[in-house]
Amino acid sequence: MADAVLAVRNLCKSFGALKATENVSLDLKPGEIHALIGPNGAGKSTLIHQIAGTLAPDSGDIDFLGRPVGHLGVVERARMGLGRSFQVSSLAPEFSALRNVMLAVQSRQGSSFRFFRPVMGDASLIEPAMASLERVGLATRARVPAAELSHGERRQLEIAIALALGSQAFLLDEPMAGMGPEGSRSLTGFLDRLREEAPILLVEHDMDAVFALADRVSVLVYGRIIASGTVDQVRTDPEVRRAYLGDPA
Amino acid sequence: MTISRETAINVTLALILLAMPFLALQLGKPFYVTLATRMAILGLAAVGLNLALGLGGLVSFGHAAFFGVGGYAAGILASHAFAGQPLNLGLFALPGTNQMLVVWSVAVLAGGLLAAAIGVISLRTSGVYFIMITLAFAQMTYYFAISWPAYGGEDGLSITIRNVVPGINTLIPINYFLVCYALLLTALLIFALIRGSRFGAALQASRQNKLRVASIGIAPFRIGLVAFIISGMITALSGALYADLNRFVSPSMLSWHMSGELIIIVVLGGVGRLWGPVAGAMLFVVFEFVLGGLTERWQFFLGLALLAVVLFARGGLVGFLAGRMRHG
Ligand SMILES: Nc1ncnc2c1ncn2[C@@H]1O[C@H](COP(=O)(O)OP(=O)(O)O)[C@@H](O)[C@H]1O
Ligand SMILES: [Mg+2]
Repeated sequence: MADAVLAVRNLCKSFGALKATENVSLDLKPGEIHALIGPNGAGKSTLIHQIAGTLAPDSGDIDFLGRPVGHLGVVERARMGLGRSFQVSSLAPEFSALRNVMLAVQSRQGSSFRFFRPVMGDASLIEPAMASLERVGLATRARVPAAELSHGERRQLEIAIALALGSQAFLLDEPMAGMGPEGSRSLTGFLDRLREEAPILLVEHDMDAVFALADRVSVLVYGRIIASGTVDQVRTDPEVRRAYLGDPA
Repeated sequence: MTISRETAINVTLALILLAMPFLALQLGKPFYVTLATRMAILGLAAVGLNLALGLGGLVSFGHAAFFGVGGYAAGILASHAFAGQPLNLGLFALPGTNQMLVVWSVAVLAGGLLAAAIGVISLRTSGVYFIMITLAFAQMTYYFAISWPAYGGEDGLSITIRNVVPGINTLIPINYFLVCYALLLTALLIFALIRGSRFGAALQASRQNKLRVASIGIAPFRIGLVAFIISGMITALSGALYADLNRFVSPSMLSWHMSGELIIIVVLGGVGRLWGPVAGAMLFVVFEFVLGGLTERWQFFLGLALLAVVLFARGGLVGFLAGRMRHG
């Protein structure tokens, strides 16, 4: 078994009296989709924030690509290859989809301090950006401002950005949210292929998608992981059924 | 090739401003040459602010600091040149000079250094705090100038003879206008290049969503700081020109009124628009001159105009004429 790409150990985070993350440990192995499910308010987004570096944990360790990253900021973690999509906001809503992805390409090339050459004629930005948009099926909408894209298209854009960054792992927080059934199906197919690119830590409410995609599932309830295992193990776990899937038995 | 509406408006603005002093001379009203020069200089200062405010969303209420530092650079160097005494900077002594090229370089350098110092601290905040902290820094420079008797304190500092540019007699008003106009065009060119560049993309994205920009591995702090420094440099250059126009520098160049006027100019003309600051400066000077001649309370009407822009024409004059901004 290959080493984990991402490993979280004994992570804790409280907001006042509320324990949003309580001694959470999980890892992400090459090529897998590890789904994180749990009811609203369980602390899934809070956990993603801590892994990405937008929120500092109270205690615990985070290793990425075999290196501790707990002391690093968002920018450094992103530069190491930790890709992340967002639940609500777009990167640059006024920019076209293409320019959003071009910005990611630019970041990957490590070249934001260039002041004179116009980006709109720069094939080294445009071509990789278009390639990413094509992969997520958004090429025909490349020139549309991100703010005018539909909800589902914005999620596709998020993935295109993550692809363009060449991420070593993806943190996806509810990528299916706000998508119609058809959008969810095509995104499910896409994520299935994306895992070959880099493993995915997937927070998702859409259980059909989770059960179709996940190699492993962890269930988070009130900040604690109450079960972790394959889809079948988790589905039949009595505690999960009681706490989360709403089974009275 | 099709020319966009905004380009047509920009060219028109450029031509109007350029034609104005020549027309004034034709009509035998040389005073209007000074007004046009004032438009060009305030426009230049506002182009600087527009880089931070329009592209980066950094609402600086302290750009008077850079404007004034540029002005004092010109005034101090000229006064030392006039007195024939070198300027003692502790580590080394700088001879005074009346060469504008040197004065401009010193002004730009001083503006950049001050912007770096103010930016490093201010950019750790955002929103109203950023506005307040930039205001506070500018007020510090204002009180420093007032309490510094060596260079005139409250009374300010006169420049006995306007500084010179090799080969150009800057004492002739139209020549000095053309010098300022050329620098304005240069700054606009720099603004346009930066806006379309990789740096400009990162800067404009930071305005739209700082956190997201960080999450793709671009540090918005560093981008904002560099933008703030360039912005301060441009505004400092205009301050040096302003000092030479009036042949006088005073702490009022550093006061919060000046910062406020620069914001008003950018907002009137169109935040983030290439020629917005110039349109705003032209409007502002016209207001100041026409209404200022009619009533003491011209600023009340300026306020009304500003209110109208904020309520009905979000993109300022340029936005009103050219429609919404397109990013491609
Ligand atoms: N910045 C914050 N300050 C205080 N409480 C927060 C903060 N962020 C999240 N919470 C609380 O932490 C809990 C977990 O939230 P969240 O991680 O968003 O849940 P999920 O994504 O699983 O729905 C919720 O009760 C939420 O109200
Ligand atoms: Mg959430």
